[in-house]
Amino acid sequence: MEFDKLTASRRGFLGLAGAGGAALALGGAPAEAAKVRTNARILILGAGAGGAAIANRLSDRLEGAQITVLDGKQEHWYQPGFTLIAAGLRPASYSKSSITGWLPRDITFINEYAAELDPEANRVVTTGGQRIDYDYLIVSTGVVLDWDAIEGFDLSMVGPETGIGAQYASPEHAAKTWAAIDRFTSEGGVGLFGRPETEMKCAGAPVKITFLAEDIANTKGNRDKCEFIYTTPGGALFGVPVIHHRVRQIMDERDITYNYRWKLLSIDAQAKTATFDTPEFIETVEWDFINVIAPQRAPQVIRDSGLSWADRWTDEGWIEVDMQTLRHARYPNVFGIGDINGVPKGKTAASVKWHLPVVEDHLVSEIAGREGTRLFDGYTSCPLITRVGRAMLVEFDYQDNLVPSFPGLIAPLEELWISWLMKEVALKATYNAMLRGRA
Amino acid sequence: MEDFSLMTLLAVFEEMFGRGLFWAMVAVAVAITLAWVYVLIRDRAMSMRKFLLAQLSMPVGGIAAVWFVLLITNSGLRDIGGPIDWIVLLGVFVAGAIGFAILVYVVQSFVRGKAADS
Repeated sequence: MEFDKLTASRRGFLGLAGAGGAALALGGAPAEAAKVRTNARILILGAGAGGAAIANRLSDRLEGAQITVLDGKQEHWYQPGFTLIAAGLRPASYSKSSITGWLPRDITFINEYAAELDPEANRVVTTGGQRIDYDYLIVSTGVVLDWDAIEGFDLSMVGPETGIGAQYASPEHAAKTWAAIDRFTSEGGVGLFGRPETEMKCAGAPVKITFLAEDIANTKGNRDKCEFIYTTPGGALFGVPVIHHRVRQIMDERDITYNYRWKLLSIDAQAKTATFDTPEFIETVEWDFINVIAPQRAPQVIRDSGLSWADRWTDEGWIEVDMQTLRHARYPNVFGIGDINGVPKGKTAASVKWHLPVVEDHLVSEIAGREGTRLFDGYTSCPLITRVGRAMLVEFDYQDNLVPSFPGLIAPLEELWISWLMKEVALKATYNAMLRGRA
Repeated sequence: MEDFSLMTLLAVFEEMFGRGLFWAMVAVAVAITLAWVYVLIRDRAMSMRKFLLAQLSMPVGGIAAVWFVLLITNSGLRDIGGPIDWIVLLGVFVAGAIGFAILVYVVQSFVRGKAADS
């Protein structure tokens, strides 16, 4: 429709271009809605991507609200950067910043974790013993990585000496993972990659690091010395069927072996072996490099609080929110943002970006005495890196539909340089804008 | 990419080149453009001879710009996949070519002065 109008009328096009220019000139100043006055006490658990961003948004929208953010960490981690760090393309410092630098000034930040959460009494007790009563609770704690679930593994093992990687653990561990991958792709051997059985944040990352390591071995001229094996406890390489088939096709083309229904049970760092539970038997495989990704669960305080689903993800503890409004099914004054949500899709920063306006709308509307209208459709995106310099910009929703942001321009299942640029240079800038509540 | 604004675009460029380098490049580009406007006003005419050399130097600027962008984005020509990649790369080439042509024109104007053309 728009394009028809453009070609039909040059004046129309110029007008549109002018309007675009004017919009650009005004950039960074979204239309400011009138502030809603309230004295509501809003508690935000977690100051990661979701927590920091919603604190900024609510601070902009509400006047007089007592907003408290609770997080025991000192550092904010830009987690989409971990893959780049683990591929030697960025230093560990790339993903690190001060947590307080992202929070608005007019809120209270308590540098402690929640120790107890009672949604019946609308109360949280911190690890330092402070009692916080709230009117509204926003849960944005993210996941905890259950490293102990991998028998024989300890985070202190990660590095080039052992050949063990753990890119999810921290920026430093991602950098050590790169040192291990660098050595493996130079010396050759068997490289084991894979994902855990649980729901996980950015399910594309285990695939990306496999592709990157294979590409790096290739660039070094050592591809024939290296064997690449990818294991998954499920029956597919990616949750969305159309993307699974594309990933499988690329793995076939690049001679990367993949094993379905293989679950990592334990590793032996001395013997350099890994043991998997497979459909037929317990399989032990020798490796020269292994990338360990821990099973992921809700923090214990959340699992103990009664906010989790009672009959779904029972071993993982994701909270029972409505998949479209992100409001808790049993406690209407509780909302979830980000990885903690028990919804079928969307443990990525891109999903957080789309959770934010939904939670903001429903919360602010309720305070203003209206009903919120915005809904989350399951949007998730993942610039699926296939090698240094190329990626596929896959975006999908609850229905496993592809929902490209730039239809006709950026093909979702095509390996493109522009998609690589999005991941390598555009993503962090837009992520930072999101944290500030501006995108 | 909802609410993609000028601020976000600037942030993307800062991320791409590093804050210091990006703003240094903006400053250099502005300085060259101002110098070009200055020599046009000073000479009261476009010198076709200087313009010819400037045009001949355009491929050099274009290639340099493409090389520079590929270098800082950890990528190479082999990564250029679909049509959109070629369009973006062509845009980089054209921008580099025009920028370099203006630079060559300005340098000639300062080195040779107005008299050299007449």
